[in-house]
Amino acid sequence: MVGVRVLGITGPKKAAKAAPATGKSARYYPADDIPRPKHSRAKKHNAPKVRASITPGTVCILLSGRFRGKRVVCLKSLESGLLLVSGPYKVNGVPLRRVNQRYVIATSTKLDVSKVDVSKINDAYFARVESANKEGEEEFFANDAPKPAIVSDQRKADQKTVDAALMKVVESTPLLKNYLGSNFSLKKHDRPHKMVF
Amino acid sequence: MGFSRYVEVGRIVLISYGPNAGSLATVIDIVDQNKCLIDGPEEITGVSRQVIPYRRIALTDLTVKIQRNARAKQLKSAWKEGDVQAKWEGSSWAKKLEAKKKRSGLSDFDRFKVMVAKQQKSRIIAKKMKELKA
Repeated sequence: MVGVRVLGITGPKKAAKAAPATGKSARYYPADDIPRPKHSRAKKHNAPKVRASITPGTVCILLSGRFRGKRVVCLKSLESGLLLVSGPYKVNGVPLRRVNQRYVIATSTKLDVSKVDVSKINDAYFARVESANKEGEEEFFANDAPKPAIVSDQRKADQKTVDAALMKVVESTPLLKNYLGSNFSLKKHDRPHKMVF
Repeated sequence: MGFSRYVEVGRIVLISYGPNAGSLATVIDIVDQNKCLIDGPEEITGVSRQVIPYRRIALTDLTVKIQRNARAKQLKSAWKEGDVQAKWEGSSWAKKLEAKKKRSGLSDFDRFKVMVAKQQKSRIIAKKMKELKA
């Protein structure tokens, strides 16, 4: 048996299975080697740990993406380790959205979001849906104005329910609404490493 | 105008550098052109008796009446008699330091509130100014 590898019959258990109780060896052997995937030692990556400074209700400053500089409310952390945030949309235009905690400054301002129900929003909720009216090649080169993104009614409804609960909390603190509506930026005399958030 | 603050025995100084930075002390003796001997008094300001270069201290307007190389006990009583702590806290220098410290500890939301308050203040001032000019 030296140098011969028989596919499917690798160990004593499998050999026994291949050769049933008749006592005969299997009658079929594949002539060619069938490539088998190599044993991978790649580790499964667990979701990153969320910083202790970020808890549900923490006001965060977004640092990247098209909403950079916005102050948003963190609602929870998802299974993938991303944070679920909401502007609220009415206040600063940031919808329910996933953000990476690396691109966020956690502030010490915390809201009580225990009344805000986001239990049904998970990573799958944000999965990409192939849109039916996707641009073809011709349309792509047509040089017309880009079509606005279509937000599903489901998303709009969810945004509304989440924000309705969230706005109650926001409005209970004076100036908080204006604060969330304002953008963060560094001024000339600001030293970010010495600032307390 | 000549100088009004001198390095002299009894001069209250503010330490600007080192582990005691930010606290007050009293000049007890002059060592040489670069250094002097200071003492808190330790019971009041937490600065122990030590030699310190002039570079690390800033002279204040305050003085106490003590003898050269005064003992801690005499220094303490001189401080109490001169009401140094209260005088210092009443000075605009100390108030500015206090405000600076307060500002540096503000959170992002607090800074926003300060900004709003400032806007309101200047709005009131501008309104009043307009009235006065008219």
